[in-house]
Amino acid sequence: MAAEQRSVEAVQYRESNGERSSLLERINGGIDDRQLAQAIGWFSIGLGVTEILAPRTLGRAIGVGEHPSVLRLLGVREIMSGLGLLSERKAGTWAWSRVAGDAMDLALLGAATQSEDAHPQRIAMAATALLGVAALDVYSGRKLASSPLETVPPRVHVTHSITINASPDTVYGFWRNLENLPLFMRHVESVSATNDKTSHWVVRAPGGTTVEWDAEIVEDREAEQLSWRTLPDSEVLHEGTVIFEAAPAGRGTIVRVELNYEPPGGLVGRQIAKVFGQEPEQQVKDDVRRLKQLIETGEVATTDGQSHGARSLLGRTTLGGRLS
Amino acid sequence: MRAVCWHGIGEVTVEDVADPCVLNPRDAVVRVTSTAICGSDLHLYNGYVPTMYRGDILGHEFMGEVVEVGPGVTNLAVGDRVVVPFPISCGNCFYCERELYSLCENSNPNAPYAEKMWGHSPAGVFGYSHLLGGYAGGQAEYVRVPFADVGPVKVPDGLSDEQVLFLGDILPTGYMAAENCGITEGDTIAVWGAGPVGLLAAACARLLGAGKVIVIDRFPERLDKARTAGADALNYEDVDIPDALKDLTGGRGPDACIDAVGMEAHGHGTPGFYDRAKQALRLESDRPTALREAILNVRNGGTVSVPGVYGGFIDKVPFGSVVNRSLTIRSGQTHVQRYTRPLLAKIEAGDIDPSFIVTHRMSLEEAPRAYEMFKHKQDQCVKVVLTPNVH
Repeated sequence: MAAEQRSVEAVQYRESNGERSSLLERINGGIDDRQLAQAIGWFSIGLGVTEILAPRTLGRAIGVGEHPSVLRLLGVREIMSGLGLLSERKAGTWAWSRVAGDAMDLALLGAATQSEDAHPQRIAMAATALLGVAALDVYSGRKLASSPLETVPPRVHVTHSITINASPDTVYGFWRNLENLPLFMRHVESVSATNDKTSHWVVRAPGGTTVEWDAEIVEDREAEQLSWRTLPDSEVLHEGTVIFEAAPAGRGTIVRVELNYEPPGGLVGRQIAKVFGQEPEQQVKDDVRRLKQLIETGEVATTDGQSHGARSLLGRTTLGGRLS
Repeated sequence: MRAVCWHGIGEVTVEDVADPCVLNPRDAVVRVTSTAICGSDLHLYNGYVPTMYRGDILGHEFMGEVVEVGPGVTNLAVGDRVVVPFPISCGNCFYCERELYSLCENSNPNAPYAEKMWGHSPAGVFGYSHLLGGYAGGQAEYVRVPFADVGPVKVPDGLSDEQVLFLGDILPTGYMAAENCGITEGDTIAVWGAGPVGLLAAACARLLGAGKVIVIDRFPERLDKARTAGADALNYEDVDIPDALKDLTGGRGPDACIDAVGMEAHGHGTPGFYDRAKQALRLESDRPTALREAILNVRNGGTVSVPGVYGGFIDKVPFGSVVNRSLTIRSGQTHVQRYTRPLLAKIEAGDIDPSFIVTHRMSLEEAPRAYEMFKHKQDQCVKVVLTPNVH
């Protein structure tokens, strides 16, 4: 599918107000592969539970004899694939994990014919059923992997507010100096003012690449509001508004932030999606929290680089991530 | 440097780790001269506080000498002798301005996680889990102290480490527990738990004018210390606590009750078994025996003050008693910075000497044995002070 076509579909998707099935029907001629994936997911879980709870009965039914521990392990695998499919995150990958599982099951069925208590006729029936399921899995894997739900980056729309213990003048002044933004916006590498109203943004994307755009200030009311948006010919449609509101009784400034990103299809869009990851709201919250810390305390609280004893593997992985 | 590191339930080791350094402008580095094991460290040791990771440096009650200051710290100099409060507080935010230091909005780098657990995040704390910031603690030869221009209090050379060390946690904690009782003349205060915080809460309740203070525990040596602090002592293995408290207060009940026990209360009878079972099944994170008793025994309209540490969720709390008898519950991690200077003045004036609780003085290298001893209250252990070896 061409990038251009994909982005048209992305717009259609947005216009459909999140009604995934209607878009999918348009693309796939009536076959809803989300529902298919859900059905396979539930089937997978049902089979997995049976394998875990009644491995002997099931073993006899499919003619492989009594191998309860093998069947229980296979049950765990089925449940994982099923949960993965139902979660709808990387559904394509999970569907393909089922195909790999089908291949494994076929190999095991083949091996089981050598077993003493094997029942060849039943094994043949089980293998036939399995081939049918495998065909469905392959179909579903191909559909889901090419589904626009995975390749078109979602629109990012975040609103968040925080109270900062400083006057609206101070907070507005800090933000209006756009070159301060990288101090608290983790993914923004630099913002340089190109004139009084326009600025050039460089945003870090995974893999050492960057995404750049030009923005202009469209609303600027001192100590009250600042709004900006990308210039019309930018690759990314991004707009933001910050409202600075005096909190009651001298309790500082309530800062209300609203950010929109409408990434296009294609490479740039995918990069923007990766910048925001699974939790764009949390990232904006973190950014605004850093702004508060900088204005109130002059620094951002951290434990990066502090001393610690020998870490376990789990600790290294977790602490290398979000927890500090 | 050498540091006491957490490595799992019931496992601490003393390890060589990198020396700390200044990471932010308002940091200082302190060379630790004395550091204590707090009763709340036992909750970490026993695995009841989530988000501890192997290799975390423990300790939130420590003092020493400033050896390095960041460019943002102008009120401390290298060589100053300081006690460091356990909450890390910026001094600039809404809460710090209102002297609610343990609620600092700017010191917990892991605030999003605390928000998921508790709704909003409190301040960061030294050596007390990643939910509270994941800061390296002070059971070590050196420690990094963030916002060093706010927390550390300089102490005069004339006072010994043991006299001032507890300004960092348990003395202010005992004081705030007593203050939260709103003591007026003639009040009777009952304290559950004769550990270090309970003992100091009892002493502070006397200081704040309580007519009678009653301390409840089961270890004779701890009850002896309570008597030293000017309190009556009740052993709950010998007497029926509700009867005894009514008896001692003319039938009305104590004006305020302090739960200085917290999440790992020693339960007894069916409720004790119930809590242990639920905690083991992770259906309840804390065992609130002392809290239940404090609520049921306080007089009508009285106050329950809770310095004991709770981390998560508790069951079978008689909230009907709170509502129908107009009780007030007050709690909080201690706003230590609010109390350090006034309490230092009281120590200097000789009004209070918290060193009476110390029973064991050991080297930092002996920390694993010290934890074990403190946990099992072996050798009549009430409070351990550790001293790093090499300086």
